[in-house]
Amino acid sequence: MIGTGILKGMAVTARNFVGSYFEKERLITVQYPEEHSPLPENYRNFPFLIYDGEDPHAGLRCVACKICEKECPPQCIYIVKSEDKKPDYMGKPQFYPKVFDIDISVCMSCQICVEVCPFEAIKMDKEFELSQRERFDHLLLRKEQLSKSNGYYHKIHPVEAETVDKGLAEAAAAAEAKKKAAAEAAAKVAAAKAAAAATAEAKPVAEAPSPTPVSS
Amino acid sequence: MSAAVETIEAMERPPLSMGSRLEGELLEVSMGPQHPSTHGVFRMNVALDGEVVRKLKPVFGYLHRNHEKIGENTSYLGSMPYTDRLDYFCSMTNNWAYALSVEKLAGIEVPERAEYLRIILAELTRLQNHASLLGFLLSDMGAWGTPLMYAFREREKILDLFESLAGSRMMCDYMRFGGCRVDASDEWLTRAQQIADRFPKFLDEFEELILGNEIVIGRTQNVGNLSAELAINAGITGPMLRACGVNYDLRKVDGYGFYPRFKFRIPLGEHGDTYDRLMMRALEMRESVEILKQAFAQIAPGPIVNPKVKVRAFRPPVGEAYGRIEGPKGELGFYLISNGAPNPYRYRVRPPSFINLTVLEDLCLGHTVADVMVILGSVDIVMGEVDR
Repeated sequence: MIGTGILKGMAVTARNFVGSYFEKERLITVQYPEEHSPLPENYRNFPFLIYDGEDPHAGLRCVACKICEKECPPQCIYIVKSEDKKPDYMGKPQFYPKVFDIDISVCMSCQICVEVCPFEAIKMDKEFELSQRERFDHLLLRKEQLSKSNGYYHKIHPVEAETVDKGLAEAAAAAEAKKKAAAEAAAKVAAAKAAAAATAEAKPVAEAPSPTPVSS
Repeated sequence: MSAAVETIEAMERPPLSMGSRLEGELLEVSMGPQHPSTHGVFRMNVALDGEVVRKLKPVFGYLHRNHEKIGENTSYLGSMPYTDRLDYFCSMTNNWAYALSVEKLAGIEVPERAEYLRIILAELTRLQNHASLLGFLLSDMGAWGTPLMYAFREREKILDLFESLAGSRMMCDYMRFGGCRVDASDEWLTRAQQIADRFPKFLDEFEELILGNEIVIGRTQNVGNLSAELAINAGITGPMLRACGVNYDLRKVDGYGFYPRFKFRIPLGEHGDTYDRLMMRALEMRESVEILKQAFAQIAPGPIVNPKVKVRAFRPPVGEAYGRIEGPKGELGFYLISNGAPNPYRYRVRPPSFINLTVLEDLCLGHTVADVMVILGSVDIVMGEVDR
């Protein structure tokens, strides 16, 4: 009979209408400015720079290698390398970015800078309430605004930050072990050399303690 | 703009015989680009005889963003987030098509778990694309709001899944050459499985709501008929081709990914009219749910990315490759020529909705202006992909 299809459809609408008052699954509206729905762990918005410890300058992991600047598809990163060096988290002297700007009006949140960074220095933020009063200056984030502590990173991406910290600790331990092994090997070589010198020349070892050959 | 106006004025006009009505010229109307039913900034110059369409000229290009030239000037990896912006309803399948063509170019193997994740995400994309398409189509017909909101309620659940996996609802940027970016947790897979299991319930409700509706039937049946011959000659693909009764689905024909391991059917239409195209989407969603069920049963833990692929300074060997997949809208292909540099020498996209749009005039001739909206809605276009 003509019209039954329409009536059936109306019944569906009525069911949904009534259900929207009772069924919890249908009460999906979140009163946004007062309430916030939780963001998933993997949520990403714009990149930020990580520093270890308390001091944003001393602990900054970025070494200004400019890989992210080169790989960034919309080219929103601008880096100027420093002339002097500062120690990084392993104590090795490294360059640091004198200028590090990200234009978040250009950034498309693709996470490629995070993937290509070999130093785990740049990560994705979850901050999304970023409205500004100025179009040009306020949406260009400087190094000072971008630098955020590792603690903050742990707060926003707990699982990811844990793996990153573990990886860094392992790398540091491996580097330490390598250094130690190298030092031990050097000491062994030195001892062998010294012993050889002692037997050949039959002189007291104390006179040639340095492993490096002395040019006269 | 002026060029387009010139062409419509230069169009040959058929001799008019309007009986007792006032003999006159065809009325030229520019529908769009700011028309709510054109799914973005799309313009049609129509020549009307009364209310009947006698000529129709589509005008594209309002959303042109130089996608292909950008792709030739960024690294291979750098093009991946741009592919999200092609068809912003199905970024996962766009990612897959691009990743597939680069994998073909460089001969990269993909781990098993990554292939399953890709299939799961592609079928979820198909579900949300078809659901929202049906909603939009009905709102074009005048069912303003209700079906669209029901469809979007389901789509939202799938987009939440994408957000918790890839980090973004629509701009997923999830696939990588030789795998995927982040692994899906067991908890995520259970959630996705629940959503896929509940999806047929929504489909039952939706079909009850609209597909038996006499107004929908009256507006869609025998409107915008497309013959199988014309569809094949014009290179139409996807649900629009299958609505004409042509059995051509790249998931079966090419068997890319792990699709040969899955059991699913290809729904086929009979008349090639708007109603068949509408039904095709509804039936395909049911098959997608079947594929998802099998994928959730088969997926096993393992690596998700090929460790041999370099993240930095990725350079494929010299050569060319064309990778194509069955996107929700049709055959989506990426053609790449490499000369060994870090960026492709040529980067070409074969967008399904652009090529499906080429027969729009043939579909609309002889129908009224109101039917043009319905026909355009059933073609399933996204202007981000048409104009690139």
